Amino acid sequence: MSALLVLARKTISKGPNMDIDLILRVYPFFIEAAWVTIELSVLTTILGLTCGALGAAARLSRNVVLRAIGAVYVSVFRGTPALIQLFILYFGGPQIGINLDAFDAGVIGLGVNIGAYMTETMRGAIISVNKGQTEAARTLGMSRWETMRKVVLPQAMRMMIRPLGVNINALIKGTALVAAISVVELTYTAQRYIGSTYKPFEMFLLSGVLYMVIIYIVGHGISWLDRKARIV
Amino acid sequence: MRSSAFVEIKNAAKSFGTLQVLRDINLSVERGQIVAIIGPSGSGKSTLLRAINELDPLTSGEVWLEGVQINRQLPPRQYEKHVNQVRQNIGMVFQHFNLFPHLTVRGNITLAPRMLKGISEADANALAEEQLTKVGLLEKIDEYPSRLSGGQKQRVAIARALAMKPKVMLFDEATSALDPELVEEVNQVMKQLAEEHMTMIIVTHEMDFAASVCDRVIFMDGGVVVEEGPPSVLFKNPQEERTRNFLRKHLARNGD
Ligand SMILES: Nc1ncnc2c1ncn2[C@@H]1O[C@H](COP(=O)(O)OP(=O)(O)OP(=O)(O)O)[C@@H](O)[C@H]1O
Ligand SMILES: [Mg+2]
Repeated sequence: MSALLVLARKTISKGPNMDIDLILRVYPFFIEAAWVTIELSVLTTILGLTCGALGAAARLSRNVVLRAIGAVYVSVFRGTPALIQLFILYFGGPQIGINLDAFDAGVIGLGVNIGAYMTETMRGAIISVNKGQTEAARTLGMSRWETMRKVVLPQAMRMMIRPLGVNINALIKGTALVAAISVVELTYTAQRYIGSTYKPFEMFLLSGVLYMVIIYIVGHGISWLDRKARIV
Repeated sequence: MRSSAFVEIKNAAKSFGTLQVLRDINLSVERGQIVAIIGPSGSGKSTLLRAINELDPLTSGEVWLEGVQINRQLPPRQYEKHVNQVRQNIGMVFQHFNLFPHLTVRGNITLAPRMLKGISEADANALAEEQLTKVGLLEKIDEYPSRLSGGQKQRVAIARALAMKPKVMLFDEATSALDPELVEEVNQVMKQLAEEHMTMIIVTHEMDFAASVCDRVIFMDGGVVVEEGPPSVLFKNPQEERTRNFLRKHLARNGD
């Protein structure tokens, strides 16, 4: 135990001291960058949920072609690195006539990517609703769509809040990837300040803390939603 | 070929893949008649019941209700419309209730009538109150299903089915999932329906109930109707060896 303490003290005293002044000087720029990360996250979440809903509808469709499209979408976007997808969109896009600025490419690339995961989350929640629910509704004379809308979806939506929260958590951390296409968000900002200050520890620590704050708040939001949606 | 009986099943056969579950079943039920279907597990009782409202469509054969063929061969879209229409006339009660957990008792009962019959909210509420009074649960109208006992859940499920004003009610082991002390309250509701001359087809393992409520008992085994008759005959004096074997085991287990 004491050996451990000694070791810890040594490490701290031997290593360079943390430059608190520097952190205080640059943190406003990091806060600004955090807002970009938040904006990216919100837009990506909206696009992801949209893609997820469409993907889940396709995968659960009675139409073979739609089902196949849904399956291909999921396997392609979950089967390749998000970074490669971003690069193809941003760097490869102009070659096929898609010219997007870095921020838009980031939102679209990340949104379509997370949408593939959300497709599976939503589909999973929908098919986990007891079959007896559908049977009861259909037996009363309700159509497939009426049954889905009034009986299955309201139950599935409650069940998907937490797993979608997991997707959103991954998505927020995933926004760091867009630093690679020079979107000035948290990670990119950290890298930029490291370039001028040579203080990677402070800079990455600062951005890491801000990521944590965002994720903590979102996590609590999700838990709150989940509790509110609980069936009495 | 039109049918004269109220509910008529003709040459019904059903396979799940290679497993033949129903073989050439013929059954007709008159208006107001109460028919029990009994038989060992796996004999096809549920499948037959679920064929009547197209939950498990027959492989071949016909199902008729009041001169309308239920399992008509139609193009998909028309079939959907037709099935949704005819199902409104056929109430079904399941072993596991299948109440909608996200809706109150009121919501459970009014959902389909409001959506399918376009009745006003006030009329729907009146309907819910009327049906709940019938099953003795008016005071539970604003509860969620999770707050009800099994017997209460099943009575709400019956009220929900009745709110569509069906012409026939199908019961698939409505009391099998209940604790013994809750069975009677559900049986009471079914007896009351019998007194009101509701046409009912009841799959049950309760021989006493079948004997006291039903006009006719059908004994099924291996996907065929082995024997049928009024309860006084079928229970007291079964003609078939298989019926006797089944009844011997069942009546012994019931302890009477
Ligand atoms: N959807 C299905 N797919 C495949 N096989 C099925 C399906 N539904 C029922 N079966 C089979 O059909 C046979 C008859 O089943 P059914 O549920 O009609 O019997 P049952 O008489 O209602 O039995 P129990 O008294 O146990 O409810 C069984 O062998 C069952 O395994
Ligand atoms: Mg059964």
